[in-house]
Amino acid sequence: MELLVASAVGAMTASGLYLVLRARTFPVIVGLAMLSYAVNVFLFATGRLAIDLPPVISDTAEAYTDPLPQALVLTAIVISFGMTAVIVVLALRAYLESGTDEIDTAAGECEAGQPNADTSHAAEGAEAGR
Amino acid sequence: MALTLIVLLPFVGALLPGLMIRAGRNGCALATGAVTLLAFVLLMSQAPAVFAGEVVHARWEWLPAIGLDANFFLDGLGFLFAGLILGIGLLIITYARFYLSRNDPMGQFYTYLLLFQGAMVGIVLCDNILLLLIFWELTSLSSFLLIGYWKHLPEGRQGARMALAVTGMGGLAMIAGMLILGEIAGSYDLSTILQEGEAIRASQWYVPALILILLGCFTKSAQFPFHFWLPHAMAAPTPVSAYLHSATMVKAGIFLMARLWPVLAGTDWWFYIVATTGLFTMVMAAWIALFKDDLKGLLAFSTVSHLALITFLFGLGTPIAAVAGVFHIINHASFKAALFMTAGIIDHETGTRDIKKLGGLMVLMPITMTIATLAALSMAGVPLLNGFLTKEMMLHEALHTEWAGVPWLLGAAAVVGAIFSVAYSFRYIAHVFLGPKRDDYPHHPHDPPFGMYLPPLILIVPVVLIGLFPAAVAGPLVAVAADAVTGGNLPDYHLAIWHGFNLTLVSSLAALALGAFLLWRHRQANAVRLSVPRPEAKRIFETLVDGAAAGARLFTDGLHNGSLRRYLAVMIGACILAGATAFLNASHAPGGRELTHVPIITLLAWAVLIGACVTIVIFHRQRLLTLVIVGVVGMLVSLGFVYLSAPDLALTQISVEVVTVILLLLALNFLPKQTPRDSGTGRRLRDGLLAGLGGLGVGGIIYAVMTRDFTTISDFHLAQSKPGGGGTNVVNVILVDFRGFDTFGEIIVLGIAALAIYALLDGALNGPAVKRLRSWVPDQERARDRHPMMLVVATRVMLPLSLMVGLFIFLRGHNEPGGGFIAGLVVAIAFLMQYMASGFGWAERRMKIDYHLLIGWGVLAAGFTGVGAWIAGRPFLTSDFAHVHLPVFGDFELATAMAFDVGVFLTVVGSVMVALANLSRLARVTEGPISDDPMDVDPQRRGPGTGMPDAAHTGKAEG
Repeated sequence: MELLVASAVGAMTASGLYLVLRARTFPVIVGLAMLSYAVNVFLFATGRLAIDLPPVISDTAEAYTDPLPQALVLTAIVISFGMTAVIVVLALRAYLESGTDEIDTAAGECEAGQPNADTSHAAEGAEAGR
Repeated sequence: MALTLIVLLPFVGALLPGLMIRAGRNGCALATGAVTLLAFVLLMSQAPAVFAGEVVHARWEWLPAIGLDANFFLDGLGFLFAGLILGIGLLIITYARFYLSRNDPMGQFYTYLLLFQGAMVGIVLCDNILLLLIFWELTSLSSFLLIGYWKHLPEGRQGARMALAVTGMGGLAMIAGMLILGEIAGSYDLSTILQEGEAIRASQWYVPALILILLGCFTKSAQFPFHFWLPHAMAAPTPVSAYLHSATMVKAGIFLMARLWPVLAGTDWWFYIVATTGLFTMVMAAWIALFKDDLKGLLAFSTVSHLALITFLFGLGTPIAAVAGVFHIINHASFKAALFMTAGIIDHETGTRDIKKLGGLMVLMPITMTIATLAALSMAGVPLLNGFLTKEMMLHEALHTEWAGVPWLLGAAAVVGAIFSVAYSFRYIAHVFLGPKRDDYPHHPHDPPFGMYLPPLILIVPVVLIGLFPAAVAGPLVAVAADAVTGGNLPDYHLAIWHGFNLTLVSSLAALALGAFLLWRHRQANAVRLSVPRPEAKRIFETLVDGAAAGARLFTDGLHNGSLRRYLAVMIGACILAGATAFLNASHAPGGRELTHVPIITLLAWAVLIGACVTIVIFHRQRLLTLVIVGVVGMLVSLGFVYLSAPDLALTQISVEVVTVILLLLALNFLPKQTPRDSGTGRRLRDGLLAGLGGLGVGGIIYAVMTRDFTTISDFHLAQSKPGGGGTNVVNVILVDFRGFDTFGEIIVLGIAALAIYALLDGALNGPAVKRLRSWVPDQERARDRHPMMLVVATRVMLPLSLMVGLFIFLRGHNEPGGGFIAGLVVAIAFLMQYMASGFGWAERRMKIDYHLLIGWGVLAAGFTGVGAWIAGRPFLTSDFAHVHLPVFGDFELATAMAFDVGVFLTVVGSVMVALANLSRLARVTEGPISDDPMDVDPQRRGPGTGMPDAAHTGKAEG
C-alpha cells in the first residue's frame, strides 16, 4: 500500500510539474491543481497509513490514526481551492485584457510564427502600466 | 543614563522641527536649538567626572546573542568630540536660521541635521563596535540627505550620491574590518578591545583588519585616493558644509583612528600606510586648494589637507604626535567652521563665491573681514593664533622622523605642504577682502545680520584665546583627550608659543615667507599647474560607476530574460539538484515499518489514478478532457482518503472537487478550448525530464517517510479531544480548538482570496476586457435548451434537502466527520446549482444575501468567539463547552467552538459564492439581456394540469 501511495504521489507530482512548465495559462492551472493533490496526499501520508482507524473517539475503537496531518490537510485543501480560484481568475482577466493566454513571449521561449506575439507584448506594457 | 539620553535626544528631537515649522521659522530653529542645547548641557554635566579622569559608562543589553549591546562610554576623546559636535551644532543651527531663504523647507533641514547630529554623537560615545557601525552608516545616510538638501540642483544630487557611494563603500569595508577586530579581541566592546592591543597587533589577521578599517576611515575623512567626494559635497548649503567638514562627518574617520590608536598604531604597517597617505594628501590637497577660485572649493581642499595633517600625526604612531593630532582637531574645528561660515556670508551678501569676482570687501564688510582674516591667519599658522601651535608641533615631528631610512623626506614634504597652506590661507584674505573696491558685485555687499556673524564670532574667541594662552585654555581638554587616545601613556609635553629658536621655528617662518611669495607669484604658479596633467577625479569615478552599472545590467538581463517558464524550470531544477545532493550524501537503509496489505480493489484504483496522470499529460491540449481527468483524479484521491481512515478529508476533497470543476468550467467558457503546440521536442523532453525527476524525488521521499516509524504529538490531541475540547471528532476539534488560531488565519486568507477575485473580475468590466466581452462570439455551439426543465425542477427540489444535509454535517461536525468547512462547501454547491439550472438573473434576484457581508460576518463571528475567551479571563480562542439536554435531541455538548465553526461556515459559503457568482456575472456581459424566466419554456402557457407550475412555485418559495 505504501508503494502505491508513494508512486501515486510521484505520478501526480510529475504530471503537475510537466503541466506547470507549459506555455499557456490553462495547463498551468491544471498543473497546479495536480500539484495540490500531490502535496495534500504527501502531507496526509506523513501521518503514516492506517486502515479502518478513523480519528473519532469512541469506546469501541482500539487505536486511532494520526489526526494532526488530517487537520493540516483539511485546511490545505480549502486553501488550495482559494489559490486555484484566484489563479483561474487572474488567467481569465489576463486573457480578456490581452487576447492571449500565453505565459511569456521571451526570446527563444516560443517558436517563431506565434500568432499572438504582438498583442502579448502590448499586454506586457499594460501590465507594467498598472 | 545621561549618556544614552545624549545620544537619543537628537534622534527624538528630529521629530520636532517638522512640527514646529508650523510655528514659524524662529520657532523651528529655537526648538532644534533647544534639543541640541539640552544634549550639550547634559554632556557638560559629565565634565567634572571626565576631567577627573573617570570613564562614564552606560550599559543596556540589546542583542547579547550576537554581542551587540547598546553600551555607551564617555572618556576624554568622546567628550572632546561630543562637545565639538553639539557645540558647533548649536552655532550651525543659529547660523542656518539666517542663511536659509524663505523658499527652503526649514523643517526638513533641521530634521536632517538632528538625525545627523545624533548619528555622530552615537559614533563618538558608543562602546560597542557593532553599534558604532550602525551609527557610522547612519551618518553616511543622513549626510546624503543633507548634502542633497537642494534637490533642485543637479550638483547637489550628484555630490550627495558620490558622497554616499564613497563613504558607504568605505563603511562596508569597515564592517568587515571591525568584525575581524572583534573576533581577534573576543569581544565587540570597545573598552575590551582597547585592552587587547598587544594581542591584536600580534594576530595574523591584524593587517587585513587594519586595511579594511582604514578604508572606512580614509573614505570618510577624504584621504587620497578617496578625497574627491568632499569638494563635490560643497554643493550643499553652507551651514551643512561648515558642519560636515569642520567638526563632524569627515572627522569621524579621524575619530576612529584616534579611538583605535592604542590598538592599531605603532606598527610599520600603520606608519607607512597612515603617515604616508596623510602627508601625501596634505601636500596634494593644499596645492589644489591654492588654485580653487570657488571660496568653498578652496576651503574644501584645505579641509582635506588639514584632515590629512591630523591623519599624518596619528600615523606617526608616537604619543607626542598623537597629542598634536588631538590638539589640531580642536584648532581645525574652530577656525574651519568659522571660515566656512564667512564664505557663506560672502556668498549670501555679494551673490557670488568666485574669488575672481571678489576683492575689496574690506571696507564694505569690516566685521566679516575681521573674522575671516583671524581664522585664515590661524589656518596659515601665524603666531599668536591656535593654528600656529599645532603647525609647529606637526613640523617638529615631521622634521625629527625618518621615512624608510631617509631622514629629511617627511620634514621637506611637511614644509612644502605648509608653504601651500600659507599661500591659500593668505589668498582667502588677499583676493577677497584686499585690493580695490569693485562695482560689479552681483549684490550690494554689506555685513550680515547679527545672528549670522555671531556664530563665527564665537568660534574666533577660542582661536585667539588658545593662540595666546594654549596651556591655560586648551591644556586640560587636550590632556584628557590625548590621554584617552594614547591609552594612558601621556608623554611629557607642554603647550606653549615659544619653544626657543630652533629648526622648527625657522622652517615655520620660512614657510610663511615662501607662502606669501607663492601667492605673489600666483599667476605663474597656476601656469605651472596647468602644464602638468590633472586627472579629473569626478570623471574617473563616473566612469567606474557607469562601468559597474553596465556590468550589472548585462548580468541581470542575461539571467532575467522575462521568461517565467524559464525561471520556473530553473527553480524546479534547483530543488531537484538540492534534493539529489542530499540524497547522494546520505545512507539509504530501507525503513523498518511494517507495510500495509493491498486489496485488489485499491490496486485497481491505483491503476486508474496512474492512468489518469499519464492521460492528462498526453491529452493536456484538449482542455475539456483535461478537466474531466482532473475530476477523476480528485475523486480517486477522496476515495483514497476514505479508505485510509480520513473521512473528513474525503468529504472536503469531494466537495472542493465539485466547486473547482465548476469554476474551471466557467473560466473555460471564455478561454480557448484547445492548447496549441508551443514547445519543441527538445523543450518537452527537458520538461519531461524535470517532471520525472521531481516526481521520482517526491515519491521517494514520501515512501521513505511512510516506511519508517515515528513519534507524534497527536497523542495529546487524541487524549484531550473529549475532556478538553468537548468533541469526539479529533480532526474537527484540532481545527476549531487546538489549532483554532491557524484556522482563524486561514478563513481570513480565504476571504481575502475571494475579495481579490471580486476585484479582478470587477475590473474586467472596464477597459479593453469589456470590449472583448461585448463582441464575444461563442466558439462552441450552445445548447438550444439553455435551462433544461428537468434540471430546474430537480435542483429546486434538492435545494431544501441540500441545505438540510449542510446543517446536518455542520451540527455533527464536532463529534462525527463534518464541520464548518464541509458544510460551507455543501451549502455553496446547493446555491450554485440554482444559478446553474435557472440562470444567473433569476437566482440573483431571489438571493437576498450579500456574499461579501457573509465573508465579513464569518470572520467577525470567529473573531468574537476568540475574544469571548478574554472576557472569561483566558487566552484568545480558548474554548469552553457545556452538556445540554434537550427533550427531543437528547444529550449533547454545546461548545463555544461551535460559534467559531459558524464563522468558518459563513466565510466558506461567502468566499465560494463571491468567486463563482462573479465569474457568471462576467458571462452575462457576453450574452446581452437575460430573461428573468427560470425556464426556456414556460410551463404555464401550456395550461394547468401538467404539474410544472407546482414545481416552479416550490422553487420560488425556497429561493
